[in-house]
Amino acid sequence: MRQKIILRVISKFLIPYILLFALYVQWHGDFGPGGGFQAGVIFAAGFILYAIIFGVATAREVLSATTTRFLLVIGVLLYSGVGVAGILLGGNYLDYNVLADTPIGGQHVGIILVEFGVGITVAASVITIFCTFAGRRPEEHEEEYGEN
Amino acid sequence: MVIVAIAIARIHDLFAVVMLTGIFSLLGAAAYVVMDAVDVAFTEAAVGAGASTVLMLGTLALTTSKERPAPAKNVISALIVVVLTGVVLIYGTLDMPIYGDLMAPIHHHVADHYLGGSSAEVGLPNVVTSVLASYRSYDTLGETFVIFTAAAGVLAILGQSRLPRRQHDYEDSEKGMVSSPEKSKGSST
Repeated sequence: MRQKIILRVISKFLIPYILLFALYVQWHGDFGPGGGFQAGVIFAAGFILYAIIFGVATAREVLSATTTRFLLVIGVLLYSGVGVAGILLGGNYLDYNVLADTPIGGQHVGIILVEFGVGITVAASVITIFCTFAGRRPEEHEEEYGEN
Repeated sequence: MVIVAIAIARIHDLFAVVMLTGIFSLLGAAAYVVMDAVDVAFTEAAVGAGASTVLMLGTLALTTSKERPAPAKNVISALIVVVLTGVVLIYGTLDMPIYGDLMAPIHHHVADHYLGGSSAEVGLPNVVTSVLASYRSYDTLGETFVIFTAAAGVLAILGQSRLPRRQHDYEDSEKGMVSSPEKSKGSST
């Protein structure tokens, strides 16, 4: 779809706002609707729009396969790491109260970190799944199922 | 939503069906907004109408966009099974408290504590976030691992074929040779 100029211009115009809205949903999830999960999906949607318009290979130059795999792991590790940090600071696993001086401050820190971990993992998963599907070639498919 | 569901079942053009499932999710999101569940509506709109539609379109690009209608067999027995299941489900809902009933058990197990203590214990205005990320953080951790596992599973099954430089390998090699040796070469690089 690289040659469709309207799609190209409009998507270039929209993608920054989609990514910005994803970040807003991510960090504002404590105060309004939203959170890491929704933010991750919206971020991935912006990236997928780019991949649809400009091709998966071009999109992969922005975020390589290795990068998304690392992000996938980093998100989960960040979430689990917050839990371990709670243990190290003398609380239970995933007990945020001990993360800062006051319990409420600790809850804030813990929730923001945990939501960020969720967001990273969700965005990386959706991007990975999309690119894996879209990066496959149709011929290969026929080969695999041709024997049936 | 009922009209869209019937249309999904009747139409054989899979591209239209994918679009209709997206519309179905969007209608579901609107229904959640009507019920004041904004967070759920947000997720439904983003995942159901957005991400899964795109994934289905990606699958259509790999396969075909025309459904091959299966010849109808055993229509009567299928209808009986569907009707029986529906009757049992509707019978099950008769025991449920009416929508918005304040005395329903689900509103008095831990919900009182969450709603009353959230601002003092967690200090966030959005109770949904404090329940998700603080009170129920084990569950959310599990969900994150589920998503991680989904992506890892897709990578394990399909991930090897995404390296673009291997296309030359495919074109050079003969069809029978393609299956195992090329794949192992691609995964090791």
